[in-house]
Amino acid sequence: MAAGGSNLPREELLEMYRRMVLIRRMEEQLARDCAAGKLPGPVHLYVGEEAVAVGVCQHLSERDWITSTHRGHGHFLAKGGDPARMMAEIYGRADGICGGFGGSMHVADFSKGIIGANGIVGGGIALATGAALAAQLDGDGRVAVAFFGDGAANQGVLMEALNLASLWKLPLILVCENNGFSEFSPTATVTSGSIAERARPFGVPFAEIDGNDVVAVWQAANAAVRRAREGQGPSLIEARTYRTRGHVEYEVTFITEPYRDEAEVEAWRARDPIERFARRLREEEPGMGEELARIDREIEATVLEAVRFAEASPEPDPARARGHMFAALARGDEP
Amino acid sequence: MSRKRMIQAMNEALLEEMERDPRIVLFGEDVKASLFGDTKGLWKRFGPDRVRDTPICEALISGMAVGAAAAGRRVVCHMMFGNFVYTGMDAIANQAAKLRYMTNGQIKLPITYLAVSGGGRSAAAQHSDAIHPVLANLGGVKVVMPGSPADAKGLLKAAIRDDDPVFFLQAAGRGGEPGEVPDEEYVIPLGQAAVRRAGRDLTLVAIGAMVRPALKTAEALAGEGIEVEVVDPRTVVPLDLETILASVRRTGRLVVVDEARDTCSVASHLAALVAERAFDALVAPIRRVTVPDCCIPYAPVLERAVLPGVERIEEAVRATLAWRRPA
Repeated sequence: MAAGGSNLPREELLEMYRRMVLIRRMEEQLARDCAAGKLPGPVHLYVGEEAVAVGVCQHLSERDWITSTHRGHGHFLAKGGDPARMMAEIYGRADGICGGFGGSMHVADFSKGIIGANGIVGGGIALATGAALAAQLDGDGRVAVAFFGDGAANQGVLMEALNLASLWKLPLILVCENNGFSEFSPTATVTSGSIAERARPFGVPFAEIDGNDVVAVWQAANAAVRRAREGQGPSLIEARTYRTRGHVEYEVTFITEPYRDEAEVEAWRARDPIERFARRLREEEPGMGEELARIDREIEATVLEAVRFAEASPEPDPARARGHMFAALARGDEP
Repeated sequence: MSRKRMIQAMNEALLEEMERDPRIVLFGEDVKASLFGDTKGLWKRFGPDRVRDTPICEALISGMAVGAAAAGRRVVCHMMFGNFVYTGMDAIANQAAKLRYMTNGQIKLPITYLAVSGGGRSAAAQHSDAIHPVLANLGGVKVVMPGSPADAKGLLKAAIRDDDPVFFLQAAGRGGEPGEVPDEEYVIPLGQAAVRRAGRDLTLVAIGAMVRPALKTAEALAGEGIEVEVVDPRTVVPLDLETILASVRRTGRLVVVDEARDTCSVASHLAALVAERAFDALVAPIRRVTVPDCCIPYAPVLERAVLPGVERIEEAVRATLAWRRPA
């Protein structure tokens, strides 16, 4: 079947739907948990941007590398990270994917190529470039993807990465999620020109796409990943999307000036990537509604199970707080 | 044993380790031209895949080291001057030093960052900082400061084989200093101090570039019958406190020489540790010989005025020996 002329196999379309819904429902749960005071730390939710992570990660295997952002739950789940262990991590529990040492901003699973979310805006770009170097040396077609936001596009390290990755033809895909805000500043107030076109002078191919259209993301990523796997070098994708929730969950408690119109948020909600995709799937295949409802029910169960797992997990042992700074303990190092 | 310069010893360590482990990749600014000589000949020997000149972009290369190490490589990243490490500091302080801990030990990060550190060559304030206290305070990186060519070779090999991020800081302007270097294969474990000279009157701890003037001072005082024990920590993270404490317990007196600005220098840290743990053994207050809290100036006469040297070390040693509890 075809969606938007994509000719993507039905299973692939359903898988993308499933992953987007998983991210959305997990984060809606986190939003409720945060409001209920259940989370020890801040969470930055990805609601409304799911199509970007899912459309890109659909092309990646566990052997490919990704680096992510402070808004990283979506990338973690899209790359195959375990929902229950992510939930336990954000709850600050021992069975969290990082044992409760990292929390929301540092969910990572190296066994799945997830180098991790990152609390530093732009912090993952250099890491992905290094992973791309390792992949190039391994010579086995692996690629590295750096997800970053429009805010990070104003960090100098992006220019450094474009320059070096282009020179060395690294298998790197730079995916900018332009969600309209650099924390609490509208992008237009802090960003000049086009982010996508920043690739041009470096000779790096770029695309500016509708980031709320998972098929458009899939297509752009398909070209970029193929190019990287074939040894032709890096690409930059700017996915235009929108952060329908705040920068951080409890921001209403400390924001003194509103920084956006509710009408703008509503307009973007009407372009919700999951609803749009579901509508398209239903239009193209009349029987699809039931299939999607089945996936929705599955995901609800997955989220419930993740919460149950996280709640049942004990708090980390405080005796471990000083541990594992180093791989190899040396004399006088640690107790 | 053969007589070699420190930079030759480092060059041998890099060459031998890259021969030994094909997964090592080395990159940085002008590593092919090798202005210090430590990476000389490596590009020719190992080729452009494993030895790479990078653009001048420390923010990127310091982070690439983390990404490449996370993705399975053993990395040597040349940062050139210690002051340039500041430009790469996000990736060092926020990524290299924290990624293993934040992810519950999921990964190892075998990275050796190379840089020259410290002053003494009229390189002025932006090329002369001794950066080890800043790095030591990060918590997640090891910091190696060799005081001799033999140590430089053995410690660099250990740093490269180590599974954690290690800063290997070669004392600026000391690369040409000669010393006896063993001909056979050897590795010096990180975290083992060396007693460079035994003595019963006073413990003189000297870090990195300060080892040489400390030994000179000890030698000069020996002529007067003053026996100074010189201890070289060799690595400040991990720190071999036991060897230092044992020495202080023998001598009862401690002077620490550190080419770092006084505030939060490693000398200050060591003084605090010894005061906490061996107060009962001390017969005089601990003294520190450090750089005043100012920039490193350009003119030789100005630079000599701020860097610790034989005169200031000797003065501190004599004052400590002469100290008597006020009546």
